Amino acid sequence: MRAAAIAFLLLLGGPAAAEPPPPPDVPLADPGLEAKARGVMAELRCLTCQNQSIADSNAGQAQAMRAEVRERIAAGEQPGDVRDFFVERYGDWVSFVPPARQDTALLWLAPLLFLGVGVALVWRRIRR
Amino acid sequence: MNRRLILLLPLLLFAGLLIFMAGNLGKPQEAVVRSHMVGKPVADFALEGVAGAPGLAASDLASGKPVLVNIFASWCLPCAVEAPQLQALKDKGATLHGIAVRDTPEKVAAFLARHGNPFQRIGNDDGGRMLIAFGASGVPETYVVDGEGIIRHQHLGEIRPEHVPELLAELEKAR
Repeated sequence: MRAAAIAFLLLLGGPAAAEPPPPPDVPLADPGLEAKARGVMAELRCLTCQNQSIADSNAGQAQAMRAEVRERIAAGEQPGDVRDFFVERYGDWVSFVPPARQDTALLWLAPLLFLGVGVALVWRRIRR
Repeated sequence: MNRRLILLLPLLLFAGLLIFMAGNLGKPQEAVVRSHMVGKPVADFALEGVAGAPGLAASDLASGKPVLVNIFASWCLPCAVEAPQLQALKDKGATLHGIAVRDTPEKVAAFLARHGNPFQRIGNDDGGRMLIAFGASGVPETYVVDGEGIIRHQHLGEIRPEHVPELLAELEKAR
């Protein structure tokens, strides 16, 4: 009896507030556009679950972002434009693809730089 | 320089890197994503009203005087925590508009009945798309929007009592 009462009380004490689960994703009818949209989703960072892309996250906000991506791709925007739309609102941080700018030049040129150093070292060794 | 030492250099660099990484292992990574919409106009939108309040549209934000826009949800606990502070802001003369995110009208009405309704207008954003429009990364967030509809300030997370004068000052600055 007592156990039943406790069980009943535990049932009553459910979470007072919980975020409702997000609505299910509706893929675009055109498989080509859907693939394009998914490409963008894989490159956008989820804001509430920071090391996941919005493609991998089931957070409500990620779902809203996916809906936004699909809507924009369906309206004929290019993947780059859609990414720019999010970068404009959240900064470079939201994109997994680093921008090519003057202040990120070192990042992009580093592989070439290291390759150059390697080639120079090998060259010196061969000539010796 | 000693040739031996030069050969040791990569190993030392690698050891340094390992020590750096090991030192950062326990750190929680909570990068706060600030909105990049501060200084930009709010995109056009129109939301239906909820809980008996009139709806909210972009034109309501460009009303000639600065307002506070509070993005909240009935399922969000910090939103309930900040309710007294929202009321305090209203009592000090601020105009507040609300945007209820990913919520149902019944739940919003129940939430406001319980925690108080400081809002002049409330937009019902059931898809949660307004978060993207404001560059918000979650709820609650509060924005100062000036008389021309330009976002002037973002407050991330709940408003604690010490933030009330801060927000009033931001409202004054946006005048």
